[in-house]
Amino acid sequence: MYRIDKLNELAKIVAEKREANAKLEPRRMTADEKDALLAEFHPDYKQDEFTVLSAGVNKGEKVPTQLAALLQGKSRISAADVDLSSPDYDTDVLIIGGGGAGASAAIEADEAGVKAMIVTKLRIGDANTMMAEGGIQAADKPNDSPAIHYIDAFGGGHFAAKPELVKNLVTKAPEAILWLNKLGVEFDKEADGTMVTTHGGGTSRKRMHAAKDYSGAEIMRTLRDEVLNRGIPVVDFTAAVEIILDENGRAAGAVLMNMETKELLVARAKTVIIATGGAGRLHYQGFPTSNHYGATADGLILGYRVGARLLYADTLQYHPTGTGYPEQIFGALVTEKVRSLGAKLVNIDGEVFMNPLETRDVTAASIIRECKAREKGVETSLGQAVWLDTPMIELIHGEGTIEKRIPAMMRMFGKYGIDIRKEPILVYPTLHYQNGGLNISVDCSTDVENLYAAGEVAGGIHGRNRLMGNSLLDVIVFGRDAGKNAAAKAKDTAVPEKLTLAHIDSFNAELADAGVAGDTVSPMLLPHYARKN
Amino acid sequence: MDNMVNVYLFGKKYEVPAGLTIMTAMEYAGYELVRGCGCRNGFCGACATIYRIKGQQQLNACLACQTEVQEGMYVATLPFFPLVKQIYNIEEIKPTEQIMMQLYPEIYACIGCNACTKACTQELNVMQYIAYAQRGEYDKCAELSFDCVMCGVCSSRCPAGISHPQVAMLARRLNGKYLAPECGHLKDRVKEINDGTFEELIEGLMQKPIEEIKELYNTREIEK
Repeated sequence: MYRIDKLNELAKIVAEKREANAKLEPRRMTADEKDALLAEFHPDYKQDEFTVLSAGVNKGEKVPTQLAALLQGKSRISAADVDLSSPDYDTDVLIIGGGGAGASAAIEADEAGVKAMIVTKLRIGDANTMMAEGGIQAADKPNDSPAIHYIDAFGGGHFAAKPELVKNLVTKAPEAILWLNKLGVEFDKEADGTMVTTHGGGTSRKRMHAAKDYSGAEIMRTLRDEVLNRGIPVVDFTAAVEIILDENGRAAGAVLMNMETKELLVARAKTVIIATGGAGRLHYQGFPTSNHYGATADGLILGYRVGARLLYADTLQYHPTGTGYPEQIFGALVTEKVRSLGAKLVNIDGEVFMNPLETRDVTAASIIRECKAREKGVETSLGQAVWLDTPMIELIHGEGTIEKRIPAMMRMFGKYGIDIRKEPILVYPTLHYQNGGLNISVDCSTDVENLYAAGEVAGGIHGRNRLMGNSLLDVIVFGRDAGKNAAAKAKDTAVPEKLTLAHIDSFNAELADAGVAGDTVSPMLLPHYARKN
Repeated sequence: MDNMVNVYLFGKKYEVPAGLTIMTAMEYAGYELVRGCGCRNGFCGACATIYRIKGQQQLNACLACQTEVQEGMYVATLPFFPLVKQIYNIEEIKPTEQIMMQLYPEIYACIGCNACTKACTQELNVMQYIAYAQRGEYDKCAELSFDCVMCGVCSSRCPAGISHPQVAMLARRLNGKYLAPECGHLKDRVKEINDGTFEELIEGLMQKPIEEIKELYNTREIEK
């Protein structure tokens, strides 16, 4: 039961129409309809929320205003603050970030026989990977193929992705699943071993593999366990605050900061992998976020300041179904799997207003239109929302399906008295994913030599919109590749001799010349949620 | 003021709005969290917390991000708990009963007090999954422990010093790798890819003019 009577009343309208709605097959939008919808309602198209960069390698390009302030922010340190001549850590491959991509990279670098080390500003596993609920794509069924996966991913990303990256993603997907399974990751399977797979928004085949709705958590905790078993050093509560270069402009380590004591440390490495994840905690355009506490775009800032170019940094993913109510979980992710399992999106009148399995950008824009333009949203104390009719799942698949397939969702709402088996839930788009990021080549290298990037921090794989299940896949495929390639490069690289932080002064000078030197300090590291009295 | 409640963060009293979670109440009180805050969505186990309501005997455990504040709540967070994780090579161990005996022998010292189950922030039947682990029934242990976020509260309450989340982690990996049925179509597809079966097809797609691939995308058949 909702604590607000009005919502219980409105939910009854949804219940009355449920049986009829469950039978509907809402048509898909045409390409033109989708384009028009996005242009009018998707947040990426709101020009006044973006700022054109005045300095750095992407000068002249627009990025979200909050990100621009950080990219053109000032360093937390000056070169004189640290002694680069006696590093506190010496390693072959330095991995910044302890999520899915960082852990995968560490395992592969270790497997390749080089010294790898992870630094992470929180704990290993504190990452968006841990929170990915719905699943991971791989074209491994007989009616599917990597080529079909390619078309889905490339088209879903509005034909903007780098083709060679998409190819790498889709052709290595089945191998990624097999690798995870061999590490002991449990996937939902039939008794004969056949993978239980479902659709995601924009997929043309059912290729979403899952571990209930703890898919990312199951993957992340297994990777973490493997990293620990291998004895790979993990320096936790330690953030990277600047990349260190050598005299030839190649990445050669990072300046680290203990998050608790603020002590500065120097890590020297032959190659560096940035695997710091996304930016949801910057709350672009005032949206709530489904992201982890540490999702503050740090890697973009670290890379940008030493000259690594960004690609599609102006495109964000607003997950269509963030929690719209209650306030305690406002913005929290309601997995797309809920729609994969058959729940439809319904407006205040109980009408199904779209096919629930359009791509995420289209679905989010459609929900925003339903609320803002058509005024068919449900008003709550937190804003507007539409219904996601979860009881429909059990109407279609039978009782017990929700507990078996989406237990985390049942638990999350159950804590606030809402039984998603019996009551529909309220959803509204939430800031979910950074589609773009550091520009990478197919070997995960950035524009700076010996500097690699993998996972959400990298751009180009998903074009301008990512499909559900391609992110968990991305962190595994590209995380592993980054680990292998950075390890191979490290074997061919001598220990860097002359370390330098000269880029800090030169970037500051560039900011000053451009007239944009401000007081914002970056990377941000953590959001500021403490109430100021 | 209406709708405010008194909470005691580490014993110190703060007045905060009703409806906040323990985590947002701490931030309302002015804490800048570094430890004890992770995904903020109930998946990572960073914000394990114990609390007692003033005047009540019972000690409760929860995730701070998933629990509303209540009047008279005495809160202590547990941002780190020293779980014991044993090191093993997943390729070398086997899903035998002996492996638990070797790696986590303390599970056989369980006295059946059920304090772990009572403390679980995910409401799992922790003592039962440990019982399955004792008997080498790793599939059952894996299933029952599946929703574990490894927050460690169970272990903090265990008189036998068991690191339940790590026991369950081992059981799940054993189950996922060795016990759950192997997937035939996955292996077949990996082999096809390694044989280059799709290479030409995908290279062809990569070369296509954008208008052609748009047409392919917009007219593609979607599985029901």
